[in-house]
Amino acid sequence: MENFDTAAELIDIAEENNISIAQVVINREISLKEKTEAEVRKKMRYNLKVMRESIREGLESEIRSMSGMTGGAAKKVESAGKNGRSIAGDLFSKVIARTLAVSELNASMGKIVACPTAGSCGILPGTLLTLADANDFSDKEIIDALFAAAGIGIVISKQAFLSGAAGGCQAECGSASSMTAAAVTHLFGGSARMAADAAAIALKNLLGLVCDPVAGLVEVPCIKRNAAGSSNALTAAEMALAGVESVIPLDEVITAMKKIGKALPDSLKETSQGGLAVTPTACEITKKILSNSL
Amino acid sequence: MDNLSVFDIVGPVMIGPSSSHTAGAVRIGNLAREIVGNKLKKIKVYLHGSFKETYKGHGTDKALIGGLLGLATDDSAIKNSFALAEEEGFSFEFSAADLDEVHPNTVKLEIIDQDDVTTTIVASSTGGGSIIVSELNGTQVKLRGEYYTLITFHEDRPGLIAKISEILQIYNLNIAEMEVLRQEKGSLATAIINLDEKINDNILRLLKDIPGIKNLKLLKPLI
Repeated sequence: MENFDTAAELIDIAEENNISIAQVVINREISLKEKTEAEVRKKMRYNLKVMRESIREGLESEIRSMSGMTGGAAKKVESAGKNGRSIAGDLFSKVIARTLAVSELNASMGKIVACPTAGSCGILPGTLLTLADANDFSDKEIIDALFAAAGIGIVISKQAFLSGAAGGCQAECGSASSMTAAAVTHLFGGSARMAADAAAIALKNLLGLVCDPVAGLVEVPCIKRNAAGSSNALTAAEMALAGVESVIPLDEVITAMKKIGKALPDSLKETSQGGLAVTPTACEITKKILSNSL
Repeated sequence: MDNLSVFDIVGPVMIGPSSSHTAGAVRIGNLAREIVGNKLKKIKVYLHGSFKETYKGHGTDKALIGGLLGLATDDSAIKNSFALAEEEGFSFEFSAADLDEVHPNTVKLEIIDQDDVTTTIVASSTGGGSIIVSELNGTQVKLRGEYYTLITFHEDRPGLIAKISEILQIYNLNIAEMEVLRQEKGSLATAIINLDEKINDNILRLLKDIPGIKNLKLLKPLI
């Protein structure tokens, strides 16, 4: 088995063996966790099923978050799209609605697949499954794309971090958007190199993004940032599939993300001591939530 | 970072919104239930730090009770755990607490079981769903729910730990980690022994029969 720490290694293994990055990731899992390919694929198939259910539930049920601060955005976007009021077209409107649906479901104690985290769980399913459905891709192809996404997540986790507390929102929504860009590129037949370029472009665009949740909750600005992460993933995949390359290779972007994350003050890493979390409106909301507590 | 599974990246499947404040709280409840090992009657929950401040928005309260009911971190029933606890017949109350120099996501549980035995547990959610029980009935411990864990309460006297390891050795059971703690010399001591595999009832009985062993608990690892 060949393990990998970097995107360069991931691409090399894929090219040398003439296999997809999804297959490289599957082979690594088989060997590390002593599983069969069927077991590994079955588990991802289950995760895909939960993703589909989370989209459906997020769009169908009346969602209010536990704090009451958020909910209903997915339905509004979906309804605008259905009524021909989308300005960017049906597909884009659906991607945004579905991303919001999963993130809103998360905030209301619904069942989601963390990818890579719960706070960024809307981006991958919202984008990938909408594009896959619109283009009639099979479950097997979608599952392969999810493994490709995981491959990017693995190289980010090995070289940097995936949590807002460690690296700011760039590490959560940035990583999720990067993974999603690679997954979409893989789904539409892009090469390993193109998928890595898509991941690099997406991550570059979100570098420096801080984690500043209002009242410490995974709601504001997290839910709408998921939607932005999805549109960013689409932007990056569209470019990569057209043959646009990232000038800075993915591994160097990841290292830059790590350095930026380390340089960010603690007040902008999930502590709610800075950024949006200390705006007058946020302070008012926080006071209200705290006065309702113990 | 070590070799994460792909399912740590695209996964785990969980009930939101937060791996530390929701999934971690469920796992604390799971481990507390395992430690008590008896039907629950009454639970007092003291929330500290970020748990105290954000519990409502993160559903930390519902997650803890869900965990005490034995629900897994991906069980949609967690949202309705209060009603389920009522059906199960145990009562609970939440209060704020300042537990001093502990992790921000810390909770103290006072659990009374159906035999009116009280178990006190202090536990923290340390990120990504990982947890640690740092105090059990006033004794400092480190329980993470990763192993089959044998907890002994025994008289503090020479040779007793040797006897325990002798029995484990006979049955070829490997000790992954072990820690012996006591309140004061000559009083009651606690040994926490993490094992790579399960101990059967037979061995457990042999251990219980060691002179000086007052009580013994075996915890299963959390999923």
